[in-house]
This record gives sequence, structure tokens and C-alpha cells, in this order.
Amino acid sequence: MREITLSKAVNEAIAEEMRRDETVFLLGEDVAEAGTPFKVLSGLVEEFGTERIIDTPISEPGFTGIAVGAALTGSRPIVDLMFGDFLFLIMDQLCNQAAKAYYMSGGKLNVPMVLRTNLGATRRSAAQHSQSLHALVAHIPGLKVALPSSAYEAKGLMKTAIRDNNPVVIFEDKLMYQDKAPVPEEEYLIPFGVANVKREGKDITLIGTSSMVQVAEAAAEALAKEGIEAEVIDPRTIVPLDEETLLKSVKKTSRAIVIDEGHQSYGVTGEIASRLNEKAFYHLDAPVVRMGAMDVPVPFSPALEDLTVPTVDAVTAMARRLVAGEMIHAA
Amino acid sequence: MSAARKKKTNTDDYLRMYRQMVRIRAFEDRANQLYLSAKMPGLTHMYSGQEAVAVGICEALTETDKITSTHRGHGHCVAKGANFKEMFCELLGKEEGYCRGKGGSMHIADQSNGNLGANAIVGGSMGIATGAALSAKRLGTGDVTVCFFGDGATAQGLWYEVMNMAALWGLPVIYACENNGYSEYTKTEEIAAGSLTARAEAFGIEAHVVDGQDVLAVNDLTQKLVARARKGEGPFFIQLDTYRYHGHHVGDINREYYRAKDEEALWKAERDPIVNFGKWLTDQGITTSDDLDKLKSEVEADAEAAVAYAEAARYPDTREVDMHVYAPNAA
Repeated sequence: MREITLSKAVNEAIAEEMRRDETVFLLGEDVAEAGTPFKVLSGLVEEFGTERIIDTPISEPGFTGIAVGAALTGSRPIVDLMFGDFLFLIMDQLCNQAAKAYYMSGGKLNVPMVLRTNLGATRRSAAQHSQSLHALVAHIPGLKVALPSSAYEAKGLMKTAIRDNNPVVIFEDKLMYQDKAPVPEEEYLIPFGVANVKREGKDITLIGTSSMVQVAEAAAEALAKEGIEAEVIDPRTIVPLDEETLLKSVKKTSRAIVIDEGHQSYGVTGEIASRLNEKAFYHLDAPVVRMGAMDVPVPFSPALEDLTVPTVDAVTAMARRLVAGEMIHAA
Repeated sequence: MSAARKKKTNTDDYLRMYRQMVRIRAFEDRANQLYLSAKMPGLTHMYSGQEAVAVGICEALTETDKITSTHRGHGHCVAKGANFKEMFCELLGKEEGYCRGKGGSMHIADQSNGNLGANAIVGGSMGIATGAALSAKRLGTGDVTVCFFGDGATAQGLWYEVMNMAALWGLPVIYACENNGYSEYTKTEEIAAGSLTARAEAFGIEAHVVDGQDVLAVNDLTQKLVARARKGEGPFFIQLDTYRYHGHHVGDINREYYRAKDEEALWKAERDPIVNFGKWLTDQGITTSDDLDKLKSEVEADAEAAVAYAEAARYPDTREVDMHVYAPNAA
């Protein structure tokens, strides 16, 4: 199978859906000729024109609100939010307007809109261009949240997001844009709420999101050399969450680590660990462990920044201790 | 609606405008009573006094033209063609309400008439209205969108972002600022520096000021601007000077600390949009005061019957609490 970059996969998904459906258009800052700072959208304006690939002023709340209005009236807009950190600028339009229109109208109005943005630290971009804020939107009923972990997921999830009748926030890891993965030439979609078991194992479950799937896979590889068989699962969407697949795995392995690049406190790791504790408690041999980003603003210095995100070594060491029956947090 | 309307005489138009204003007043009087008699859950914001604005504007629109409304939105809802029965049901949180009781007073809308919803965030719908206009332009529907908001909302940054884009892109949207002199509990002159029209003009948007107590003046101006917006000459801004008879909301009763009773009495005695239009209709020999009284009695009886219906109507089944969070997707 051919291999393409995550960037190319996103580009293909959007182009295919725009060819398929005239009501799809995209708007955001420097999306047309510039193709975004990450060059993800290069070439789209040449095919679809500036009527459908729309450069906006630097007005995130404004163009997000415009997308909500367009979505309410027969269009399927894709909002390009240049950095995930800018979510804080658009919270009213996304969380008070887009997320609630269907409910508040008793099911009469709906908002088929995609917000594509990014997450991920270690790009030396400091505290306002490095955050992973997906927990923030996953907290709000009415929004769906997808976290592609490779080019394959990026394409399939984006196509599903564009066809969904609800607001979907899709976070790409900005460090993975040049990472290649096998992606079929022929069309495919990845349904929401269906986790992907990336590797089977019986000793411990490693649940990773976005780029943390790679971390989990590398940790599993290291653990395998020590005779520990780790199962690796990528939920692919955290709203909706495929609880069933996660529970099935944890009931089998009796141990789990949840790895995610959002801040650890009040985050995705805590939510998933809590559900496993509530619903698989009697199958567990150890507490479900959360491994998120440190609860600090992301620092600039490489010497500091690299300390803030979960690493392969840290996950491997934690898994080793859990499998050995060590007390992780002794009283 | 508009095609049929053109065949009618001016007399029909005038009487329908009069009736719609009377309907709004009758609705609000009963909504206030429902609050005072503790029959209505929550609070509500009365539109009384501003009837000529909603009616003058909505009578210049077709059924598929869009509006976005505000927390003070009952008037817009009635004027855009809603029925009393579903409106009172919504106000009381009943199943037959326009939003199945999930929206209440601050989200009331008859969505089938192009009302994209009342919004409880001040200025929250400015992006939505602009996006509806972008959608109409892209999809070639010919629809015009009117964005209703108050003078208080001119302090929101979102407005400046979306006016900029609407002007850059020539969108068929009319920003209609209902200047009732008060931003919640504060005089507008204390929160708005400079002039309101200059704000729009700074973006190259044609701005108008009209007497918001004069339904014919509002309607004439809006008809002209709607026709021009449909031809691609938008966007436009209208400042409609008007007056809010009640407090910020129904519970805002002792309000002399920010507004004198004499001022309220003067507006009611001299500037009432219904009384003055009624007088004009009889002076012109278009109708008689007896006929207007008869019309009022009919409307009052309709309102009474709708309140009685809503009071007796069912609440939504408790199973509806988690319905309408997500819109379904085609299988």
C-alpha cells in the first residue's frame, strides 16, 4: 500500500468531500494560497477557488460564529483553527452556540460543522502554541471529538466528521504532519466511537490518544523484550468513546495505563481511568494509572519542555511496575 | 408570504402590521402575568414598547429570509410568524413548545419561519446571522438575514469581527440595533462612546437611523434595504431608536435608581407605537376605532385561549432529557 503523510491525508479527505458535496466549504486564517502555516491545505484553493477555500481576517470568534450560522442554513463548513490554543478565543461560539443549537431547539436546528485544529507540545513554541486542549471541548455535551493517531486515521476520521450532522472538533498532532503511514487509494471512512486495537496482549492495556498511540506502541515493543505482553488501544474518538472495547481489554489484562497529552488533572486520562474503575473494578489487579502532560504551562526551553509530556521510557517503567505488582501510590 | 403580500392592498398590510404589534403586546402582558403569578419557571425579558421594530422589519421579509433573535426575543418570534400556542407552551416548558420545552423564553423560535433562534448570550448571534448570509450567498438562495441585537450588544467584540467580514464579502445581512436606551441596568450613553452608526460606517457599511416607534418608517426603510441586500448591495446597519417599557427582565421592578418613572410615563403616553399607529390608521380613514377595538379583543381572546391551553398542556416525558444532544446521522 502507498504511504502518505498525515498532512496529505487531511488534504485528500477534505478535497474528496468537497468534490462529493457542494455545500462543504472551508474558512480560516491563511488557508487559501498559503495553505496554512503547516501547508496542510496546499493546492485546495487551486481546485476549489476562493469561494470555497476562504481566507478570513484574524478573527477566530467571528469566523467560527459565521460557520455556525452557515451550518444552520444548509452548508457544511470546515473551520480551520490555526492552533488549538486559540480554542480559548472561540469558546462562546463553539460551546454556547454550536454545541447547544440542536438541544435548545428541541431537535429542530442542527450544526453540521467541523472544526479542525491541532494539539501537541515539544515543538519549542512555548505556552500559547503547544497546548492539548481536547478535554476542554470533550466536556461539553453536543460536541464530538476525534483524535487521529496516524495518516490513516486522519483521513478516515476527517471524512466521517465532514458527513456528521453535528459539530465535530478534530485535533491533529502538529508534530505528526510529516509522518507517513499506509493509506489506501480507495475511499474509506472510519466510524466514530470505534476504538482500534493496535496490538494484542494479555498483561496490561495501554490506552493512548493521538501521538500517544505511538508512545504506547513503542513502550509495548520494549515491554515485549522483557516478556510483558501489552495490549495497545487507540480510542480514535473520545466523544463518542468506545467504552466496550476498553472494558473488554482491561477485564482481560487487569491493568491499564491511560496516556494522553492533555494536562493530567481533570483531563481525558482521568475520565477514562474513572470509567474503567467504575465498570471493571472487580477485574483489576492494580489502580488504573493516568499519564498526562504535567500540570504546568508548556515551557519554552527544550530542557524543560521535554519533561512535561509522557515518554516511552516513562510508560515502559510504569507498566513494568504495575505488572510486577508494585504499589504505585503507597499510602 | 411575500408573493401573496404584493397582491394585497396597503390597507391589508397596515392592518396586519397593527395586528402583529397588538399580538406582541398581548403576548407580553400575559407572559408578565404568568411570571407575577409564579406560573412561569424562570425569568423573561419583555419586548413591550419595541413592537414597531420587530413588526416593521419582519413584515419586509419573506418566510425563508432569516432572522437571529435575542434574549428579548418574543417580539421577533411573533413578528416572524409564530403561533401563540406553541410560544406559551415553550414559555411554560411544555412538550408542545417550539423547542419542546428545552429552550424556554431565551431560546424561543419558530424555526420553520426562518428564525434561527433567540440567543441568551448578548451579541451571541452576530456570527450566526453573518454565517447565514454567507450560506445564502454561496448557495444562491436569495435569502436575506436580519440580525437583531440591542444597544448593549454593540459593546461585544464579535460584532466588529463579523461586520468586517460581511463588508469584505458583500453579504446579504442587515444588522438591526434596537437602541432602547438601556444596556441591562445602565444607560447606553454610559457604555457606548461615540456614535453607533459610525461603528458600522468605519467598515464602509451604509448606516441608517430610524424612529423605532414608527412601524411604517421602519418598514419602508427595511423594504428598501432588503431589496438592495438581495441584489448584492449589503451589508447594512440600522439603528432603531425605541423604548423598553419594562425593566431588564420581569423581576427588575424597582428601577428608579437607573431610570425615572417620569421618563417611562412620557414614552408610554406620547410614543407608544401601537397607539400612535392606531391613531394614524383612523385619522387616514383606513379603519375605525371600533374595528381596531374589535381586532384587539380578538387577539386578547386568542392569547387567553393559548395561555389556558399551555397551562393544561403536558410537560415533556422525562425520557426526553437526554434526547436531542446529538443529531442522528443517516445509516
